[in-house]
Amino acid sequence: MLRLRRTPSPIIRITHWIGALSMLVMIGSGWQIYNASPILPFTFPAWATLGGWLGGGIAWHFAAMWTLIGSGAIYLIYGFVSGHFRRDLRPQEPQAVWRDVRLALRFRLAHTPGRYNAVQRLLYTAVLIVAVLTVTSGLSIWKPVQLGWLTWLFGGYDIARRMHFAMMTLIVAFLIVHIALTLIVPSTLFGMVFGRRPIASESETAR
Amino acid sequence: MNRMKFDPTALSPELRRVERRLMLKGALSLGGLSMLSGCALDDEPGVERALARMMNFTDRIQAMLFSRHRLAREFDAAQITRPFPFNAYYAEDDVRTVDPAGWRLEVAGLVADRRPWSLAAFRTLPQKRQITRHICVEGWSAIGCWSGVPLSIFLQHIGADMNAKYVNFRCFDDYSTSIDMATALHPQTIMTLDFDDATLPPAYGAPMKVRIPTKLGYKNPKYLAAIEVTNRFPGGYWEDQGYDWFGGS
Repeated sequence: MLRLRRTPSPIIRITHWIGALSMLVMIGSGWQIYNASPILPFTFPAWATLGGWLGGGIAWHFAAMWTLIGSGAIYLIYGFVSGHFRRDLRPQEPQAVWRDVRLALRFRLAHTPGRYNAVQRLLYTAVLIVAVLTVTSGLSIWKPVQLGWLTWLFGGYDIARRMHFAMMTLIVAFLIVHIALTLIVPSTLFGMVFGRRPIASESETAR
Repeated sequence: MNRMKFDPTALSPELRRVERRLMLKGALSLGGLSMLSGCALDDEPGVERALARMMNFTDRIQAMLFSRHRLAREFDAAQITRPFPFNAYYAEDDVRTVDPAGWRLEVAGLVADRRPWSLAAFRTLPQKRQITRHICVEGWSAIGCWSGVPLSIFLQHIGADMNAKYVNFRCFDDYSTSIDMATALHPQTIMTLDFDDATLPPAYGAPMKVRIPTKLGYKNPKYLAAIEVTNRFPGGYWEDQGYDWFGGS
């Protein structure tokens, strides 16, 4: 019999996908904006950028900013209020992380639907912090006068701009790992889309 | 004063069409965003309208965030960027100049006194000096020292309708931009006559530039020719091509 397990709530699933799409738009359009005045000795290839030109990139960037902030705020409030963060995402002690890292590297990490292992908890918590820093550093370079205190907290306009870029890099690195692991354990994707798993197995092992 | 040799408004719809096409091509080039292609491929004007609506929303939020009393940070003389970068929609070799003695600022729109203003007349008004950061829409920034007449003082002198929505600037290098009245009345918005405590050089907009540290660089017009107080949305050189109109910082 198909037994439903504790899987991501609709609020988490909807905000995850709106946030994910917003993030992709933010990254592509952000690369377009970066290319107008690179801070490192390279630019992003045109095919990877969104908007076609600086004005277009800015239009996309600020459009997606609102959907990202909106879905992010709902997610964060829900995560704290519902206990999702405390229950499912709170990082565990270093020994547990080390144990799960070793299991993962040997492809022997058990993957129980509805429960995050120590590595997932650490990564998801970290990427949430990075995402908040990306948004706040972005706001500080968007409004260095009106939100001058925020720009000051980041160490001034130039440092805030580099911070924004560095946080984007971390998010892209996370995305690569996140998507790769989803492909290795595709049932997690099913859960994130439909809210439940295709089969009610006791546990799945990453192959 | 130099007059425009052609009417840029006749060209701008075509320019806008080209830019829009580029913007959409960029949207389509991100093949990974297959969710977008559904509407972008079948309904390009729909995406365009949605982006325009979002930009209007962003501008409304920016106007709400704006405070006439919140000042841009001012810096020490040692922090000034040297050399201060040249920036325009053309190369530095193509800078246009006028005879400062013959230059007059045209005054138009919702004002009591439309007499043109000479540089000498501007020198008789109270001056203000500021060392502030110029932030370009491209992301680079530079700190410069600017002095001149606060725009609010000039608007009082010409009897401008302070309840009007916009102040429009036209330049003799065929550039134009416009700002909201709240920004026009900000104490750091100045009609700049001097750069680095010397007469404004041609590269930075001689004989007059409007310096607005609460706006991005493209909303800081150089080579000023005319100022107009109006309730009709004026747009601007870059704004008509798709840059965000509020352009605030």
